[in-house]
Amino acid sequence: MTYETGGRKAGVNVAIIEVDGLVKRYGGQAAVDGVSFTVEEGEIFGILGPNGAGKTTAVECVEGLRRPDAGRVRVLGLDPHADGLDLRQRIGVQLQQTSLPDQLKVGEALELYASFYRDPCDWRELLDQWGLAGKRDAKFRTLSGGQKQRLFIALALVGNPRVTFLDELTAGLDPQARRATWELIKKIRAGGVTVVLVSHFMDEVEELCDRVAIFDGGTIVATDTPQGLIDQVDAERRMRFRPMAEFDVGILAALPGVKEIHRSGDHIAVTGTGDFASAVTGALARHHVLVADLRLDAGSLDDAYVALTGRAFEL
Amino acid sequence: MREALEMRALPKILFVEIKLLLREKWPLLFVFALPVGLLLGFGAQRGATKPSADLGGQSGAEYIAAIGAGIALTALGLQMLPTVLAAYRERGVLRRLGVTPVPPAALLVAQVILNVISAVVVIAVLIMIGTFAFGTPVPERFPAFLAAAVLAMASLFGIGLLVAAVAPTGRSAQGIGLTLFFPSLFFGGVYIPRESMPGVMRHISDFTPLGAGLKALRDAWLGLEPRPLHLVIMAAYAVVAGTAAARFFRWE
Repeated sequence: MTYETGGRKAGVNVAIIEVDGLVKRYGGQAAVDGVSFTVEEGEIFGILGPNGAGKTTAVECVEGLRRPDAGRVRVLGLDPHADGLDLRQRIGVQLQQTSLPDQLKVGEALELYASFYRDPCDWRELLDQWGLAGKRDAKFRTLSGGQKQRLFIALALVGNPRVTFLDELTAGLDPQARRATWELIKKIRAGGVTVVLVSHFMDEVEELCDRVAIFDGGTIVATDTPQGLIDQVDAERRMRFRPMAEFDVGILAALPGVKEIHRSGDHIAVTGTGDFASAVTGALARHHVLVADLRLDAGSLDDAYVALTGRAFEL
Repeated sequence: MREALEMRALPKILFVEIKLLLREKWPLLFVFALPVGLLLGFGAQRGATKPSADLGGQSGAEYIAAIGAGIALTALGLQMLPTVLAAYRERGVLRRLGVTPVPPAALLVAQVILNVISAVVVIAVLIMIGTFAFGTPVPERFPAFLAAAVLAMASLFGIGLLVAAVAPTGRSAQGIGLTLFFPSLFFGGVYIPRESMPGVMRHISDFTPLGAGLKALRDAWLGLEPRPLHLVIMAAYAVVAGTAAARFFRWE
């Protein structure tokens, strides 16, 4: 069974990963408890949630590392267990907490892994592409955290995969290296590879992902685009401004969506939901009130997470 | 197609493992330099090439060459093999291979082959140095010598694999290996020649893998038929430890 790409049409979403009712138990305890999602070709799909939410277990079932206790998983039309070898030819994986022998050189690692695949990339090009050309003869032990991560990404791509799974790719990196890694992930997708990104970093998922599944306690509480999740929960937002002249704040109180009005010094803060901000600016304009320092706090995925799971996002 | 790909990966993995071994200092020192140094040092002493009554009619040089082979086999089986394999598991090297088309077992097989090659190289070098530098004969009963060497490897490597199977980390595998290593050398007849051991100790020696192995190797080298007891003891260790290792081995 091979996955047909010939009949694909522009604008039609093709599911590259289908997970339906996945259950995985450890000693009676369900780590993943009835999870369903699909990943479409060419997207960056985020799996977000705190540690212990079942993210890694679910992804390891999809990769074929673990056998599910129930449910159906198809990746590129293949069953991760029955067609494991075919599947592993077509996916690239970066696992959490793996490493390489200390004395292994960067070039040797890539050359060796390239030899495992039927149709590998040119690993020398990967060296250049991932900024490791100068490190070709460096031993794994001597690499910095960021260099190791780039090597792991390169190893995940060396087999020319259709899908890559990146698990907690930026954990332990400094902010600058994390930003750089984000650019690399965008580069992978630009190369036509579908990306499944497991993360417990809100900002990372918001920046990179086309769609996100939020895991909590072994189940998915929501799946949507980051903006969709933010809109979906319709969290309260706040706008602040400084009026140039005194005016009656009462004109704002009755506007749709407005919940509260606070005055602190020169500033006025209005909290509300939905499209209250346009209503407020419209009302100010109608009453010829000029304002300065206008700021609207954007709704964030953090707010959405709190609303969806009923608790603050904890690491 | 599948089998072909896996077969193709094994020599490449083995080649990389050989390179990695050659980059490490300590294994090379213990497995290669120490046995060769012992032979060169003791073999050059006056009278070392004459048959010695204290060594059951064996010359000092030949005895030291056999001891060197025993040290190398024990260091490989009880130190190198378990430490490297347990570290590969601990550090997720085996797990990482599990998501490639090559099964992690290929790395395990490559490690065993690497250790067999190392053992063969050391033993061949010891025989050649003995022959060319000190005029000791090539083992006279060569097939029996080979059989003894293969069984000694099988028993010691089998125990090493069992250590790798049960040790959670590379460091703990090294620790367990070391606690087996020194008693093995002691009862194996490396510190005191078997001929000088008190009766009880010699009986214990007969039932240790290195004690049985070293005696069988020395017998074959001298031109005597190795005693069946020693061969059976080694085979038993190999089967029991190997089976237990296969039963308990975890890939992650």
